[in-house]
Parts: sequence; C-alpha cells; structure tokens
Amino acid sequence: MKQSWFYRKSSIKKLYISTLIILGAVLFVESFIVLHPHFSVEKIFGFHAVFGFLSCVGLIIFAKLLGFLVKRKDDYYDM
Amino acid sequence: MTCSLFHPGLLLIFSGLLIPFIHGFKRTLFILIIPCLSLLSLWSMSFGSDCSIQYLDYELILINLDSLSRLFITVFAIAVFTAGLFCCKQASSTELSAAYVYAGGAMSVVLAGDLISLFIFWELMALASTLLIWSAQNEKSYKAGMRYISIHLLGGVILMCGIAGYVYETNSIAFTHMQLNSISTWLILCGFLLNAGAPPLTAWLADAYPEASYSGMVFLSAFTTKTAVYVLLRGFPGTELLIYIGLFMIFYGIIYALLENDIRRILGYSIINQVGFMVCGIGIGTEMALNGTAAHAFTHIIYKALLLMSAGSVLYMTGKRKCTELGGLVQSMPLTAICGIVGALAISSFPLTSGFISKSMITQASIDEHVLWIWLLLQAASAGVFLHAGIKFPWFVFFQKDSGLRPTDPPINMKISMVFFAVICILIGIFPNILYNILPYNVNYQPYTVAHTITQLQLLLFSGLAFFIMLPLMKRTLTISLDFDWFYRYLAPILAKIVVNYLLNAQQLVNKFLISLKSSLSFDDKLDYQLSIGKSVGLIIFFFSILLLYFVVL
Repeated sequence: MKQSWFYRKSSIKKLYISTLIILGAVLFVESFIVLHPHFSVEKIFGFHAVFGFLSCVGLIIFAKLLGFLVKRKDDYYDM
Repeated sequence: MTCSLFHPGLLLIFSGLLIPFIHGFKRTLFILIIPCLSLLSLWSMSFGSDCSIQYLDYELILINLDSLSRLFITVFAIAVFTAGLFCCKQASSTELSAAYVYAGGAMSVVLAGDLISLFIFWELMALASTLLIWSAQNEKSYKAGMRYISIHLLGGVILMCGIAGYVYETNSIAFTHMQLNSISTWLILCGFLLNAGAPPLTAWLADAYPEASYSGMVFLSAFTTKTAVYVLLRGFPGTELLIYIGLFMIFYGIIYALLENDIRRILGYSIINQVGFMVCGIGIGTEMALNGTAAHAFTHIIYKALLLMSAGSVLYMTGKRKCTELGGLVQSMPLTAICGIVGALAISSFPLTSGFISKSMITQASIDEHVLWIWLLLQAASAGVFLHAGIKFPWFVFFQKDSGLRPTDPPINMKISMVFFAVICILIGIFPNILYNILPYNVNYQPYTVAHTITQLQLLLFSGLAFFIMLPLMKRTLTISLDFDWFYRYLAPILAKIVVNYLLNAQQLVNKFLISLKSSLSFDDKLDYQLSIGKSVGLIIFFFSILLLYFVVL
C-alpha cells in the first residue's frame, strides 16, 4: 500500500519547517501590536510563549516524578 | 398536580422507560424525536415556577425556569439527541433506556425548585447512570458500576443529611443561595462536590466511566458533573473555598491524564480538569465568572461528547482503547480523526473554537479581580489542557508510530453525529453571540481582540512545542496510576480479611466452648451450635468497628 502523506519522509520535513515558521511568526508578531497588559509580568517580550512552554515542561516533569510513586502494572487491581 | 406544559425531564424519563418496547426503525425515530420535543416544550415555557405537587406538609416545585436552568437543559437536550443519534442503531435497548432516564433525571434536577424533588431526581440519576455503566455487560463494568454506585449512594446520604438539617433549621425547602454557616449547608456542599469529582473522592469518574460501552460514556460525560456544576452555581456562587478546590481539580486532571495510557481514561481525567475550571469560576463568583462557568459547561458538554464519540468510534471499530496499541489511524479513519482534532482544539480553547470564547471569560474574571497568582495558575492550566487532551489524545490515537491497524470510519449515524458536534464547536467559536445571548447575565466581553488571540496562540503553540521536545519522557507504558480509590479497592479488602481471620479464630474458641458445654450438659446432638461468618459479614463488622472507634475517639 502507498505510504500515507503523514508518514512520508518528505512531508515530515515540510511539517517541521512550517511548524517552526508558525511558531516564529506568532512570537514576533507581538512587536507589531499593542498588547494591553493586565499585569506587569505580561510586559516581558514573549511572556505567554515562555510561560506556556515552561509550565508544560514543569507539568511533564512533575507527572514523571509522581509516576514513580503511583504507577503500577495495569492488572494491579485484578490480582 | 398542576402543570401547564410538558415537563422536559419527565418526558425523557417516561419515554426512556418505553424504549425497550419499541424496535427497529421506529426506535430510532422515537429516540431522535423525544429530545426535540423536550427542547420545544422548554423554549415554549415562560420563566417562573410551575408544576407544584403537595407532598406531606411541603409544596414541591418541579419546574423553576430561568435563564440559567434554560441554558443547561438546552445543552442537555442537544447532547442527548446527538449521543442518541450516535448509537441509535447499535446500542442495546437497555442502554438507551438507562441513558434517557438518566438524562431526564439530570434535566429534572436542573428544573427542580425545591430540595426534596432535587434530591429525588439526584438519586434517580445515580441509579440510571449505574445501569448505563452495567449495560456494557462485562465483569469489569459490573465491578466498576458497584464501586460507582457505592460512592454515589454515600454522596446521596451526605446530601440527604444536609437537606434534612437545612429544612429543620430554615423551615423552608426552597433551593436558593446558601451560606456556609451551619453543618447542614456544609453537608449539602459536600454532596454536590462529590458529584462534581472534587477531592478527595475524585477517582470514581476515571474509574467507572471508561468501563461503560463505547457509546455509554458519551452520555455519562454530559450529565452528572454538569448537574453538580449547576447546583453549585445556584447554591454556592462566590464561595472562596471553591477556587482552591477548582484549582486542585484542574491540576489533578492534567497530571493524571499525562500518566494515563487508556484513551478513555485520559478523557475521563480531563472531565475533572474542565469541571475544575467551572468550580473555580463559581468560587470567583462575579457576573463575568458565573457567565463564564455557565458558558464553559455548555461548550464543554459538546466538545467532550465530540472527543468521546471520536474515541468511541475508534473503540467500536478496533476494540482497542490503549495508547500503546493504537496509532496511525488517520490513514484509514480520516473523518474520525478530523472530528477528534476539532474537539481537541476546542477543549484547548484555540481561537475560532467554542472553548476559546467560554474559558476566556473565566480567565478574564480572574484578571478583573486583579489576583495575579490565580490568573497565572489558570494560564498554566490552559497550557496543560492543550498538553494532555489537545495534543496527547489525537497524537497517540491518530498519528505517532503506525500500529498497522486499518479500520474504516464508523457507520453513517456515528459520522453524522460527530460532524454535527464538530460544526457546532466551530460555529460557536466564530459567532460567540449565539451562546452569549442565552447566558444568565448580560455579556460585556469581546473575546476576539488582537492581543488576546495572539497571546492565546503563543501560549498554546509553545505548549505544543514542549510536548514534542519532551516526547521521550512521555513514552506510554502499560500502567495505571494509584489514586484515592486504592483505599477502598486495595487496603479495605485486606483489612477486612484480617478482621475475618480474627473473627474466625474467635468463632473456633466459641465453638470449642459450646462443644464442651454441650458434652458437659449432655444436650441432644440434633441442635447445631455452629456460627458461620463469611466475607460479607466480616466487611460489615469491619466498617462498624471503624465507625464505633470513631465515636469512641470523639
């Protein structure tokens, strides 16, 4: 069977490039618009991008650490 | 009883009881028409009280309609129509019947003007939803249903105690705004919160819902938690405690969903996460926050049902529901994938979807109150929602490594219902006034400012970047995560076993004593002095001894 578009090497490369372009665009468009910050932290350039990124990294690491404590084999209660 | 019009909830309950007697095409027609009739009768009613019944010394009011209850019943009717369409051909009559009674119960709770009728329909919901879980008809769903009903009956007892105390203190059964100034209102709050999935008893939701059938969970996701949100909105707006409970639920949902492998349990945890946003909004309690909560309940019911229909279609076509077994399904189930992605974007509140215009109102309310830390936590949580539901669900089911599975898209009725909800998600996202016009308070809010749209996109897209950078850390494993249910699923049976062993030893001593007594008194042998103690007796004795111990300590 023909390989689906999503799994071709060439299209994965295209996806990577377009993702980077979109990310860059969303970040730098900030310098052309007026942001009306509600809190002073929002005045930092790219605050929302950095905050979103860091909170996700934090959440994933926290989940990973908690996982050591609470993860069990999926037949834990069946035994 | 005086009633000028059809009661939308009772209509659904009675027609639900009729479903098993109707077959074939007529059944399909019947289950599609009834929610429409219910919606029609709702919108032809005028605001105010109707349908009163004399019961003991009280006057029960079955219909108390205002813009808030109308909003909730509208979305309940839309949800039951679409979920009905989703499984109208495939589901068993038992399942559909339970689902319609359950939905009717939820509508009746929302319409109830007094605490007694509210309680009656509250318990009806608990029973019908348990039957809905059991209609998956396998051993796992039976056990999960037993745990589910135990927790909900416990919640019912707590609520009943609260209501009895409240009626005794105030001499009124009216359901209105309550103050947390007596033990009875605290009990009522606890009873409500239990159904919302609040801590410490959070585990019941992700434990029981995914054991329902592929279509049962679509119904389940809509009603129990959202009626709880509704009664909290009505009874306890502006209670500060709810902000902290809501924030806990938000982050609990994200963390546990990140750890989870089963796609339907991921979506179950994300219900708790989304209800957390609503509970937090109720705690903030300003008009903006309450509007936001009501709007978010409305949009959430729709996009969560959409996500669950997408997951349900995958389960129906492949029989699989674990991330480790799925992947690459976009190749053969493109429509299911697109609808799932629309739902995922809506839950992450992407601009142009329904989640964006509803959740923003809750965030805006925290800005209006100038509380930086709540706002920061809500923003971090929004990023986290994209992480655990927005990307994780579609990525592991429809993309990632190819699982080799090639199921087709599901039957036509399932496709239509998914497309219908996907369209509503986008329609409300583009034209927010459709929803804003039916909210309880006047809306003075514009979600689509350039600044808001851009900052939201930054927040979400860079969360997405974090997901893909951290992907090695997110490798799926064949595991479950321990939760509060460990206490009653693991610890309690072990303790019960120990107690039973002690009792058995004691029983042997008693037997020996009786036998020696018998021989010394030389009674007739026909009488049997054996005592018998089984596991269930042991359990009951165990719980009673804990209860007695508690009172001794007190």
